[in-house]
Amino acid sequence: MTRDLETRLTDSLAPSTAPDLVRLRTSLARRAADEGLLDVAYGSYDSPLGPLTLIVTPRGLVRLSYPGEGIADQLDELAERVSPRILEAPERTDAVRRQLEEYFIGERRTFELPIDWRLVRGFAGNVLRATVRIPFGSVSSYRSVAAEAGSPNAYRAAGNALGSNPVPIVVPCHRVLHAGGGLGGYTGGVDRKRFLLRLEGVLPAASGA
Amino acid sequence: MHLPPFETLIDAHATELHRFLVGCVGPTEAEDCLQETFMSALRAYRRLDNGDNLRAWLYTIARRKATDAIRRGARRPTRELTRVDPVAPPAPEPPDDGIWRSVRDLPGKQRDAIVHRFVLDLAYAEIGSRMGTSEEAARQNVSAGLRRLRREVAP
Repeated sequence: MTRDLETRLTDSLAPSTAPDLVRLRTSLARRAADEGLLDVAYGSYDSPLGPLTLIVTPRGLVRLSYPGEGIADQLDELAERVSPRILEAPERTDAVRRQLEEYFIGERRTFELPIDWRLVRGFAGNVLRATVRIPFGSVSSYRSVAAEAGSPNAYRAAGNALGSNPVPIVVPCHRVLHAGGGLGGYTGGVDRKRFLLRLEGVLPAASGA
Repeated sequence: MHLPPFETLIDAHATELHRFLVGCVGPTEAEDCLQETFMSALRAYRRLDNGDNLRAWLYTIARRKATDAIRRGARRPTRELTRVDPVAPPAPEPPDDGIWRSVRDLPGKQRDAIVHRFVLDLAYAEIGSRMGTSEEAARQNVSAGLRRLRREVAP
């Protein structure tokens, strides 16, 4: 009898045990946002440059990353430096997604998105804020961005700051080139930098290739 | 002390917690309890000063939610199915639900111990550590629960 009862207990629950995780996540995200508990939300956007991860806080866009940057590591960093109350909540990133869509189809030249600068410290912050002021369709050099940031000679440090820009595209580090005309480096790889500069009409559209 | 992103708790524990809750409160209430468990966890998460055993912590919350749900169910014959989506159909009851109805009526500690043992398939030492009791107490809770079930289920 004992075995019988135990077998029934072990076997009888099996079929009905998968929770609806999509619904769980959707309602958690909504309720958390309503209660002011959602400190970091993320979603993704299928851009012409591949799937981008968009991460926002109530202050604004805190991180935008290219594929291959390791979402788990990014979330860990945010848990440590911003807050561990992090949920996947794509609808919180809708505004960012919409503006990126408009940008990629050529209908937007300026992003109107608040930026959360908490992942950026010190001089790097000055460099990136100076970069935001470079208009669509123009370019600048590492040296003049460093000068704008207050240290004309710190162009190497400016290069590092741009290389670790947590919000590429929106903070347009792709508009910073070598003074001699070389493209310089880019977080997402130089091909993506070239793509963005073509999109903005700085470089001629690809011919044939 | 560094807490992992809350999202990783859902990935790591939601399915197992749901199994536990189905055992405690049945499939219709389990999803609701699961959501309440994670909401309470999220509210407390930043103030948590020990990230060592997040799973045990989640189980403590889930047990509390299950107990609340059972009390609510006892007070209110027609329960509101879900506050999430009023048009969602209720989950179908599993075929052999009879025995689990009896489990739900057990005293709380016996019920939790039975669910840990037979739904989650845990050893007594682990049940004890998750329920904050000794291994021996876990064993006694399971066997007391089984004795009681046998009286109720057997003809």
